[in-house]
Amino acid sequence: MRATFVIFRFDPAIDKRPRYQEYAIDVESTDKILDCLNRIRWELDPTLVYRASCSHGICGSDAMVINGHVGLACQKLVRDYKTANNFVIEPLPLFTVIKDLIVDMNPFFEKHRYVRPYLTSDEETPEKERVQSAAEQKVIEPALRCILCACCTSSCPISRANPNYLGPAALLRAFRYINDSRDTVTASRLAQLDNDDGAWGCKTMWWCTDVCPKGIPVTKCIGQIKRAIKLQEKHA
Amino acid sequence: MKHQYDVVIVGAGLSGLRAAIELGEGTRVAVLSKVFATRSHSGAAQGGIGAALGNEEEDNWEWHMFDTVKGSDYLGDQDAIEIMTRDAPKIVYELEHMGVPFNRTPEGRIAQRAFGGHTRDFGKAAIKRACFAADRTGRVILDTLWEKCLQRGIHFFNEFQLLSLIISDGWCCGLTAYELATGKIHVFNAKAVLLATGGAGKVFKTTSNAMASTGDGMAIAFRAGAPLEDMEFIQFHPTGIYKLGILISEAARGEGGILRNSAGERFMERYAPTIKDLAPRDMVSRCILKEVRAGRGIDGKDYVHLDLTHLGTEVIGEKLVEIIEFAQTYLGVDARKEPIPVQPTCHYMMGGIAADVDGRVVLDDDNTPFPGLYAAGECACVSVHGANRLGCNSLLDTLVFGRRSGIEMRRFIDANRFGDIPDGLENLEAAKIRALMEKDGTEKLGPIQQEMQTVMMNSVSVFRHKQGLEEALKTIRVLKERFHDIGVHDKGCCFNRELLDVLELQHMLDLAEVMTLGALHREESRGAHSREDFPDRDDRRFLAHTMASYQEQTRPRLFTKPVNITRFEPKERKY
Repeated sequence: MRATFVIFRFDPAIDKRPRYQEYAIDVESTDKILDCLNRIRWELDPTLVYRASCSHGICGSDAMVINGHVGLACQKLVRDYKTANNFVIEPLPLFTVIKDLIVDMNPFFEKHRYVRPYLTSDEETPEKERVQSAAEQKVIEPALRCILCACCTSSCPISRANPNYLGPAALLRAFRYINDSRDTVTASRLAQLDNDDGAWGCKTMWWCTDVCPKGIPVTKCIGQIKRAIKLQEKHA
Repeated sequence: MKHQYDVVIVGAGLSGLRAAIELGEGTRVAVLSKVFATRSHSGAAQGGIGAALGNEEEDNWEWHMFDTVKGSDYLGDQDAIEIMTRDAPKIVYELEHMGVPFNRTPEGRIAQRAFGGHTRDFGKAAIKRACFAADRTGRVILDTLWEKCLQRGIHFFNEFQLLSLIISDGWCCGLTAYELATGKIHVFNAKAVLLATGGAGKVFKTTSNAMASTGDGMAIAFRAGAPLEDMEFIQFHPTGIYKLGILISEAARGEGGILRNSAGERFMERYAPTIKDLAPRDMVSRCILKEVRAGRGIDGKDYVHLDLTHLGTEVIGEKLVEIIEFAQTYLGVDARKEPIPVQPTCHYMMGGIAADVDGRVVLDDDNTPFPGLYAAGECACVSVHGANRLGCNSLLDTLVFGRRSGIEMRRFIDANRFGDIPDGLENLEAAKIRALMEKDGTEKLGPIQQEMQTVMMNSVSVFRHKQGLEEALKTIRVLKERFHDIGVHDKGCCFNRELLDVLELQHMLDLAEVMTLGALHREESRGAHSREDFPDRDDRRFLAHTMASYQEQTRPRLFTKPVNITRFEPKERKY
């Protein structure tokens, strides 16, 4: 099947403003969108660039906008789109474009870092493992699926409106450590998020949940942070 | 641009990050990665990490050691395997302390499950030894270590491609790297350099490996004078998704999944009566292809079925989440109701840069160290995996030897000064890049790469024979010649992906040649190296490591290194 790909192009050294370039290639309905991009690059235009590595939705490199929807190019197949022979490919929104489909992810990772994404415990480290029940472990399970692809944050209307808002991905990481039974600084983690740039920034619009390629209930997790903050205030 | 760090680590997968953490505060450490750190291929590891914790049933490190030695078809160095299996429980507890969210037993301890080739009591029955976090064990360990590095303030240079090692008077005193975003050359002066650059699965057409797994570290070390060891041993994982090569974890069989041929028969019962579907990967891959050759592939094609339909929603929903999604996404197969089509896929390099148990790169059969140069993880050959790696021993290898490299480099940097970097290196490397970019080549990258991948898949994969290997070698050498005529169309310096592709292809061609040479040299069948013209293991001639060293202007030179045997004398390998 012949398919047309209209792809966002921008080379800061040449282009004053972004442009769209059209490519036509033969595709199978089971091809990943990433396969199609690879073929365009190898056969038609080696100057086209995008990030990609594992090619099966686990490294989180190749989030982009495919026919208006944010997703991973390696997780979406040609047959997943109704307009099966017409594709428009664009970089992730929200972030600054560096070249073609490559965006500057630094602001995303700065926010990630801000939530102190590491286990912190003032308890003595045992010789063997800390005991954690299967039920306790299960609470954080949804958040462990996160691959830091930024689909959620780049789709979030609040993140687009408020550049200081931590955004769903960083809040999800905070959720992971707040709810880890082994972490002992829950109170200060919650306090850090008790503001409009933190958990209260979320207006429950569900876009993050809709686009998450790993099926994580991101909005619900943020809701649980809000409830935990309320609960903490009540007990204070 | 020039930089100076006590230690520069190339690669941000598990071994690189584990070493960085071990070096600790007070040491100036830089980690370079050609992809953003969390995109490293360690993150794709699914099934688990092996350690004799004994949380589910009685276990001890000697059983683990025996299984690893036997799994290696007696080519693994037993001193190194002993260190790895003894260190294993401590390594896992450390991970837990750092925050790795392992699945738990009903008592709240780290849960464990069965994995290929892991047994109790020296081969009596399968044992639960793999510690896991659902089927995303690598991913959560990678995240935890990376976040630990953030906490420590380790300096990351993301999207930097290693270009060359700087060797002065036989010492490694730094490296040069290419910054993808700007096209700038960076010179790093370091007392010690650790290569933790991972595998090279992209040499083959069908692989579970990431696009970034192009063996850069191995090839660059090789050209800098470090010998490569046992490169002919390449693991084909039995259960890659048909045609795509995407990994379906051995955990699927560890949790009870069964391989079936076109008759619906559980064929592994015939080949490995004791542990059946949990036989080691080299055997299972061969068995699948034997079934296919005997006309028992599904619909007469070159694949078999992996049946998980009897496992129940609890196992699938809690322990095999990702792979169920892979089957659904890429094949439209609901693995809870129908079997998954699978075939062997190139997965892992047992060989690599020859290194000792402290991560020191070694130069010869006496293990003389290459001062200042270290290697750990898949790019290194210690050798703990010998001729075939057992499942869940690779995460273990990366962490045990990443940690030990960190300890050893710490000692080394305290005792040594910075080496002098020759002047003009930046310009020299920039000129090389410019020469590549300015060439109006007649050849294209794509066809050369595809031809290499196809010939390696056809002739240097699971089954091999002399004629095929000789033809493959000839083809690779022609491709190496044609490589010189490749042109780079992208003349830009911002994210010039094409330039990177060309550099990677050069590395892969070097490695393909060494793999094929080793496979030709080894006239026996051992572990993952199966010669149809020499079907038996030949300990008299080949119980030795194959070493290959680079020769300027001529072919690589092969020599051998003895295997270290301490506790377990080589025996026939049956399961």
